[in-house]
Amino acid sequence: MQIIEDGNTAAALGVRLCRPQVIAAYPITPQTPLTEKLSEYVEEGSLAAEYIPVESEHSALAVCIAASSAGSRVFTATSANGLLYMHEQIQWAAGARLPIVMCVVNRAVGAPWNIWNDQQDSISQRDTGWIQIYCADHQQIIDTVIKAYWLAEKVSIPIMVCYDGYILSHTFMPFDLPQQKKVDAFLPPFKPDYALNPDEPANLNTVTLPDVRVDVHGELAHGYMEIRYLLQKDTRLALQEAAQAEKRFAEVFGRGGDPYIEPYLCDDAEYIAVGLGSITYQLRVCVDELRREGIKVGVMGVRYYRPFPDKVIAGALKGKKAVIVFEKAISYGYEGALASDLKSALYEYLAGTGSLPVIQNYIAGIGGREIRTDNLTKALKAATKGRVAQEPVWIGLKL
Amino acid sequence: MGTGNYRRKTSHSEHGPGDGGSTGSWRVERPFIDEALCIPCRRNKEACFICWLYCPEIVISRTIPPVVDLEYCKGCGICAEECPTKAITMVDEARFAHDNKKKE
Ligand code: SF4
Ligand code: SF4
Repeated sequence: MQIIEDGNTAAALGVRLCRPQVIAAYPITPQTPLTEKLSEYVEEGSLAAEYIPVESEHSALAVCIAASSAGSRVFTATSANGLLYMHEQIQWAAGARLPIVMCVVNRAVGAPWNIWNDQQDSISQRDTGWIQIYCADHQQIIDTVIKAYWLAEKVSIPIMVCYDGYILSHTFMPFDLPQQKKVDAFLPPFKPDYALNPDEPANLNTVTLPDVRVDVHGELAHGYMEIRYLLQKDTRLALQEAAQAEKRFAEVFGRGGDPYIEPYLCDDAEYIAVGLGSITYQLRVCVDELRREGIKVGVMGVRYYRPFPDKVIAGALKGKKAVIVFEKAISYGYEGALASDLKSALYEYLAGTGSLPVIQNYIAGIGGREIRTDNLTKALKAATKGRVAQEPVWIGLKL
Repeated sequence: MGTGNYRRKTSHSEHGPGDGGSTGSWRVERPFIDEALCIPCRRNKEACFICWLYCPEIVISRTIPPVVDLEYCKGCGICAEECPTKAITMVDEARFAHDNKKKE
């Protein structure tokens, strides 16, 4: 059924379709309408979940960690400083291998205080062991939430479903609302191998020694390093499982595509713009305009940021003259994190082949600074004429 | 955890000696019980056992004399602190290492 709703509602509807049993969240702009919707669903009885109000984001994730350890399907959501406040528990959830799904409604982080959109919040959580998926429209938001539960529970790794604050969260768009019976067919109830149970007491994630140990059953149990290595290994394996999720989703719902990247006019392109989230759809407008001028450009949205689909990306960018990376976040002291990751993937797969593209990094829309399409087109066009600058260039900076 | 063996991928332990690892290897000081001062030893009667009650690692036996399982005693010294007759002294592990060397 096609409906018209805002992005936060798309996320809330997606979450409700997945039948979470416990929801704990603390409201923060621009995520607030999402958690309000979910609490309304619980109140009116259209979602049979326990909604646990908490006094902070740190507690919200702590509740989710506990509930997930007890075998429940859980959900939380946050933005910006709320996400940063969760940071300690974010690492914990990944190390504990809990399949928590969290929406991150992207917003700039303080200081100075700012409630508008950029992606510094989720990008700063890149190395926490969570899977990160970026959405570019409302259909992707609702579909990604559903796929995320399947994938998280398959590989036992928590997932952040990221979408731009306001640009997606507060704008209205038509999208297809999946049928409950199809979602139920796609996503079976959560069945953990072990759930906290007083009849079968266990210690979870207590002090774990540097070395392996013999447990009470006389079996060799992992040390900290083995557990962390397995997190890395399984996060890489999640790339394959993501393809499986996409395939199964397409079978049930009849839509989907490449799980990792979203190319637009890339096949014959000589120059490719790359980005995360809604900016990639805005870039399509620039690409269309430059194509009319005869410049062969395309745009590639990166959907999975962690695990990073390095091989797929390197394959898609092979032989291109230039790759122009537009980012709403920066790794202070160097450049955009996505630009660095792209360089590393390209180096890994294309070094020595003579087909390494030039990389131009643009920083845009920091703290909600309006990204004007004409400025974006200008920047893209400039980068097709050769390297604009070695350092990342901030678009629309008034200095 | 959806597939595979959950216990193998996370830190999961069960109640029982040693499932938290061999805590005895952490010890800097070793409790030594002087039987001449220990109440149950002196009276040859089941009595006191304050050390057994307080040991957080549950590694002191309720026997005459009380025996410390050095495999898991982490050397915290709580037993020595709580013993009403000061029968327990904490002895530097280095001394035992030294004695062992001498024996070799
Ligand atoms: S607490 Fe002291 S006196 Fe009492 S049983 Fe233990 S060692 Fe003996
Ligand atoms: S109380 Fe501490 S020092 Fe005494 S036996 Fe127990 S672990 Fe060892």
